Amino acid sequence: MEIVMAAVIGILFMCATYLMLSKSILRIIIGTSLLSHGAHLLILTMGGLKGGSVPLLGEGANSYADPLPQALILTAIVISFGVTSFLLVLAYRTYQELGTDDMEQLKGNDTHE
Amino acid sequence: MSILHWAIFSPFILAILVPLLYKRVGRIHTGWFVLVLPVLLFIYFFQFISVTSMGDSIRENVSWIPTLDIGIDFYIDGLGLLFALLITGIGSLVILYSIFYLSKEKEKLNQFYVYLLLFMGAMLGIVLSDNLIVLYMFWEFTSLSSFLLIGYWNEREKSRNGAQKSMLITVFGGLSMLGGFVMLGLMGGTFSIRALIAESGSWTSHSLFIPAMLLILLGAFTKSAQFPFHIWLPDAMEAPTPVSAYLHSATMVKAGIYLVARLSPIFAQIELWFWIVSIAGLLTLCWGSFFAVKQTDLKGILAFSTVSQLGLIMSLLGLGAAALHYDGLDDQLYMAATVAAVFHLINHATFKGSLFMAAGIIDHETGTRDIRKLGGLMTYLPVTFTITVIGAFSMAGLPPFNGFLSKEMFFTSMVNVVNLNIFDMETWGYLFPAAAWIASIFTFIYSMILLFKTFTGKAQLDKLEKEPHEAPIGMLISPIVLAALVITFGLFPNILSTTLIEPAVSSIQPAADHLHVHISFWHGFGTEVWMTIGVIVLGILLYLSLSRWNSIYHIVPERFSLNALYDSILKMVNNGSGFIAKAVMKGSIRSYLIYIFAFFILMMAFSLYHKGAFRMNTENTAPIGVYEIILALVMIIGSISILFAKSRLTSIIILGAVGYTVALFFVIFRAPDLALTQLVIETISVALFLLCFYHLPKLASRKEERMTFKLNNAVISIGVGLVVALVALSAQSQKFFAPISSFYLENAYKEAGGKNVVNVILVDFRGLDTMFEIAVLGIAALGIFAMIKLRLTRGNK
Repeated sequence: MEIVMAAVIGILFMCATYLMLSKSILRIIIGTSLLSHGAHLLILTMGGLKGGSVPLLGEGANSYADPLPQALILTAIVISFGVTSFLLVLAYRTYQELGTDDMEQLKGNDTHE
Repeated sequence: MSILHWAIFSPFILAILVPLLYKRVGRIHTGWFVLVLPVLLFIYFFQFISVTSMGDSIRENVSWIPTLDIGIDFYIDGLGLLFALLITGIGSLVILYSIFYLSKEKEKLNQFYVYLLLFMGAMLGIVLSDNLIVLYMFWEFTSLSSFLLIGYWNEREKSRNGAQKSMLITVFGGLSMLGGFVMLGLMGGTFSIRALIAESGSWTSHSLFIPAMLLILLGAFTKSAQFPFHIWLPDAMEAPTPVSAYLHSATMVKAGIYLVARLSPIFAQIELWFWIVSIAGLLTLCWGSFFAVKQTDLKGILAFSTVSQLGLIMSLLGLGAAALHYDGLDDQLYMAATVAAVFHLINHATFKGSLFMAAGIIDHETGTRDIRKLGGLMTYLPVTFTITVIGAFSMAGLPPFNGFLSKEMFFTSMVNVVNLNIFDMETWGYLFPAAAWIASIFTFIYSMILLFKTFTGKAQLDKLEKEPHEAPIGMLISPIVLAALVITFGLFPNILSTTLIEPAVSSIQPAADHLHVHISFWHGFGTEVWMTIGVIVLGILLYLSLSRWNSIYHIVPERFSLNALYDSILKMVNNGSGFIAKAVMKGSIRSYLIYIFAFFILMMAFSLYHKGAFRMNTENTAPIGVYEIILALVMIIGSISILFAKSRLTSIIILGAVGYTVALFFVIFRAPDLALTQLVIETISVALFLLCFYHLPKLASRKEERMTFKLNNAVISIGVGLVVALVALSAQSQKFFAPISSFYLENAYKEAGGKNVVNVILVDFRGLDTMFEIAVLGIAALGIFAMIKLRLTRGNK
């Protein structure tokens, strides 16, 4: 199963990268979202997908799924949500103020001022 | 802190006080206060002659950074004392001269004397330091203060350019010298020069020996204006004349000479040293003397003549190095080269100092230094004329001045190279005296130009800015003293031999015992005498026919000169770095992302391949179920179809679908908390996406369109996906130790009283993570609030 997951994660990363290289801010943020999905699944997969029960001790099972990666992912989900929402509002404000969502039009460095 | 330490640091201390004196006692020229110090220091150092002439030395240590073996250790031996006397002696004369040269009303005297004192202290530090790192520190102090002094009239562009050029070249050399010092310290295990000399010879075959030698020589050559690094010196002539006289003829440019002489006992063990030092010196000698004839500016002539004389001293030091190889029967002959180097060092400081001062007087009293405008000043400036006669004749090597003696000794050493067949150079050896002889002819010519073009012929009073008249007596004192020394050393050279030259030579050649220096004024009709007569005869003939042959200077056009090369290198570096920055820093986020991703792919792929880290192992994997396969397919199809979605609404909804699939994965892989959170968060995210982008007003300029396909983007993203998948597979296949989760599973209820292990980990075992995660959310919320509420428009800024 881990091998299938590795392929899925690889494809998620690929799509995310392709989106992040595009011109529109919206696609870049969708790319970052996909990338965080990929990362979360990667953590879970690397923790092992072998059987076992849900990590709730009341189950009385012989073996449980590894709880540590789950805790890590939970933290990561919340943080990536915070960052994504911030980015979304930033993009929204950029839109409003500058009237474009094209990163190529937003480019510039000191020499272009 | 010993008295010696206070003596060496006293110029720095006085430099702090100078601005105070300048502000408080404005009626008196600040130079008078400064003058006291070098005079006292000269007297102080003078008393050490009795010590060093006995062959003894004085050492004073003060600890500075003991853990790094860096101490402010000062050491007085013959060589150091000779330089210290030159620095303080000529320093006193130069300050006296500058009091009359620089106007109290017009010039920023406080700055001038601060820089000059800084320089004097640094120079004393160089010649008396025993620790290489401390020596380097003072070395850079001289570069810095020289930079400040050359750019003293900083409102002039030429001063700024000259200062920048000298700074770049000398600091370049200084830094490579530091590299050499560090290597030397690594080889010897200490930074103390005496300790290194004491055990030198044991590491001639060390792999760092030759690099260290080359780097240190680079430092010495740049400082002492050796070919091809001499180009900063003529441009440094934009400095006030007292500075040129002090720094660029008598002291700073001799720091490199000092270094070569000081480290000779270490590096002269190998033949390469002999070749590099003597050939660089001879080349500089010829080049400098040849191009001095071309100059039309008095200080330009003197600058090139300084370059050439420094080359002469350097080549003599190189020849002296042969003494370490061929001791025995002809010992004294090799030693003669070192003696000549030291003697000429003293002579050069005296006559060049006086010539610079004379040039400064001419500039001061006529308003120009251009020899094409000058002429016939003999009757107007009789004293200056006398001083120049003495200086120029000594420089040309005419009797009875001291330059004659050192030039004779120079010829003797060069002729010996041929006679003694050192290093199997039977044929090539003839080039040494030949080059020396030709350079001496040119030296004779430019000395005569300096003298006769300025003082004889017809006076062109209409071209001069001022009516020429003799300088005030105060300005004349210093050059008169120096000229008197030129004659004294010329007539009675042996007053120097036991007091200064012998101790200095025995510092350069520590192996030499029973050294006895005796400079005789007349030594019979040897080859040298005929060479000198040849120089005079040919020199006079060439000088008289100067106008017929000086067109040779136009054969090589200006743009092939070393200055043009330097300028074009500077321009190339500037343009090149600008070009690279422009090519790389495009300002578009896409190109930067491409660099980052490409670097990631290359690094990871290379290290996977290089370390053989990739393994495929299916032993420990979980079985593949039907649901998982279906979810995986959904996810793959979903994420790929985002790339082809046309409207932004479609892509947002597909993103939501992918997020819910992730939640389903969490369900299947037995992570209920994750599934819950993921569902909720994905819902909110999609809502936010819709809020931001669906409800946006349609922008007229923007049409909804598919992503255009770009091959390099595709290559990069496939590369990233592939590398991540490979790394995941490889990591999955190699597990080195069991997870620590069993601890959490066992203790969640026992220790923390909770049955949901994930939650217990989040709030109990690893509660700190959660706290800061809350902080992240809080900051994001505040940030969003601020972003929406605070509307500082561009007009209000």
